[in-house]
Amino acid sequence: MKDGVNGVALGVFVFFFLAVTVMGFWAARWRRAENAHSLDEWGLGGRSFGTWITWFLLGGDLYTAYTFVAVPAAIYASGAAGFFAVPYTIIVYPMIFTFLPRLWSVSHKHGYVTTSDFVRGRFGSKGLSLAVALTGILATMPYIALQLVGIQALLDVLGIGGGDGTNWFVKDLPLFIAFAVLAAYTYSSGLRAPALIAFVKDALIYLVIIVAIIYIPIKLGGFDDIFAKSADAFSKVNPATGAPRGALAPGAAGTWGYATLALGSAMALFMYPHSITATLSSRSRNVIRRNTAILPLYSLMLGLLALLGFMAIADGIKVDNGQLAIPQLFENLFPDWFAGVAFAAIGIGALVPAAIMSIAAANLFTRNIYKDFLKPDATPAQEATVSKVVSLLVKVGALVFVLAMDKTVAINFQLLGGIWILQTFPALVGGLFTRWFHRWALLAGWAAGMIYGTLAAYGVASPTQKHFGGSSDEIPGLGEVGYIGLTAFVLNLVVTVVLTFVLNALKAPRGTDETSPGDYTADAGDPGVQSELPPAATAPSAPSGT
Amino acid sequence: MSESEVPQVRRPVVTPVRVVIALCLLAPFVGTLWVSSYAKVDPAFIGIPFFYWYQMLWVLISAALTMLAYKLWQHDQRSRHGSGASGAGTAGRGDGGEA
Repeated sequence: MKDGVNGVALGVFVFFFLAVTVMGFWAARWRRAENAHSLDEWGLGGRSFGTWITWFLLGGDLYTAYTFVAVPAAIYASGAAGFFAVPYTIIVYPMIFTFLPRLWSVSHKHGYVTTSDFVRGRFGSKGLSLAVALTGILATMPYIALQLVGIQALLDVLGIGGGDGTNWFVKDLPLFIAFAVLAAYTYSSGLRAPALIAFVKDALIYLVIIVAIIYIPIKLGGFDDIFAKSADAFSKVNPATGAPRGALAPGAAGTWGYATLALGSAMALFMYPHSITATLSSRSRNVIRRNTAILPLYSLMLGLLALLGFMAIADGIKVDNGQLAIPQLFENLFPDWFAGVAFAAIGIGALVPAAIMSIAAANLFTRNIYKDFLKPDATPAQEATVSKVVSLLVKVGALVFVLAMDKTVAINFQLLGGIWILQTFPALVGGLFTRWFHRWALLAGWAAGMIYGTLAAYGVASPTQKHFGGSSDEIPGLGEVGYIGLTAFVLNLVVTVVLTFVLNALKAPRGTDETSPGDYTADAGDPGVQSELPPAATAPSAPSGT
Repeated sequence: MSESEVPQVRRPVVTPVRVVIALCLLAPFVGTLWVSSYAKVDPAFIGIPFFYWYQMLWVLISAALTMLAYKLWQHDQRSRHGSGASGAGTAGRGDGGEA
């Protein structure tokens, strides 16, 4: 790390930060609906977003600052294994092509705001719905915390994170400010704020990646040199493990791990509440399908970004904390002003998902804990108010998490979160296609997957950590090393299927299904489909989505 | 990923078009999850090892296939609903063949 504050870069960073702050507050007036006091309005942007806004929103949501820092950091640390993010983000789209439109339809028909709403309606089980809601909130919290970790890493490289000598308040003051601003505009504008800011974020990110992928290889002597240097670096034996640091292509032993991690992560991605929030805010069924064809643009970007990890090696960057490798690469190679743009891109890239995630977690709490268990007769206005307050609490919780605990705790929980959220797959995706599963069997399967996944992850040791050292472990019965989340999912599914047979044979009560087959294919314009909220008469004109 | 088919009595659920859609959606899984088929360094492309550029190529291929699936699906739906008006939200518009 260079000493001192990089004035120019900091100035550019602050400029963009102020610009998106203004946008965040202004977003409350953007495409405003007549009735602003409902959860559909605050938490789903009035369910009005077209193809492009949804694309930006989903992109802003799924490809977070943490992704941008962590994927190249994984490549920097171990090479090929870190590239699994690319196949993962390839296969996620054909997968969601098949099930998300059905979720959209049934949610619009019945006014569902969260996945748990759907599960409760489909299986008539508040217990199962609570399990899904709690899993969602638990999995989202560390994700938000990691966004703040990403901002912290940036501030460190910018030189305003403070050294070890400064007291904690001065050290974390910039993070507090960024956080307070984020909390304030999410509170006032709801989902519209991140949707609008996502435009800026993506424009900046694309600009930075394109420049980086052309400019940096030229400065470093081309890809041949970059990969030759990387191969050298990876072949050196790490004294801690007694094995080479990594490889340019996975060996035969690593292929199972690579494939299961890609598949498991892809299956988990759209179980996360924040992805569902962004999806349900879209205007029609076709918006989602069209998006599955254009979202891979982000995967391409992610692939290019991952290559930056090799460039950091070739540039000879040596950092203890891999998360700092990419910000450091930018600071070393870019002119100061463009380094500022790059940092702004990553920083804003953390704000957008943090906002959406806190909204999604708040929606889950409001709909599936507050309304289902605490105050069944809550009015839409009360729901919106509770959600707003909870979105604040969720962010404060994440901040405390980051400040009070070691960073590795957040990363461990994030890893666990992925394993946990995957266990809601049978109830959600299964439920979208069939009512055959028994609600109690789903609950038992979920519990089995959660327990197995947590214990297995706890037992993974790495050279630096005794527990939670990674997300892969030997698959029982196969002898190959694979993603724990996927193994837990298979166990979950087996338990669910077996118990469904048993419970059906015992004629256990199956609960009422409030949906009908036609609900899953209904589209905007069909009778009974809740369409977008009527816009306010004086709505200011805004960039229109198609 | 689906565990059952929604029963459709009036029309065949499996049609040639729907088989093509299913293949379009399945191909990326085979292409990317069969890791040993591409876990190698050569041939490199502008200095980038095979392992990396091959997977990035799959991003483009899968985007094209998904787009094709989307177009075919729209076509399939329109042909099932005559004029293609969006007013028919009945059970006849099953998604059974897609998964």
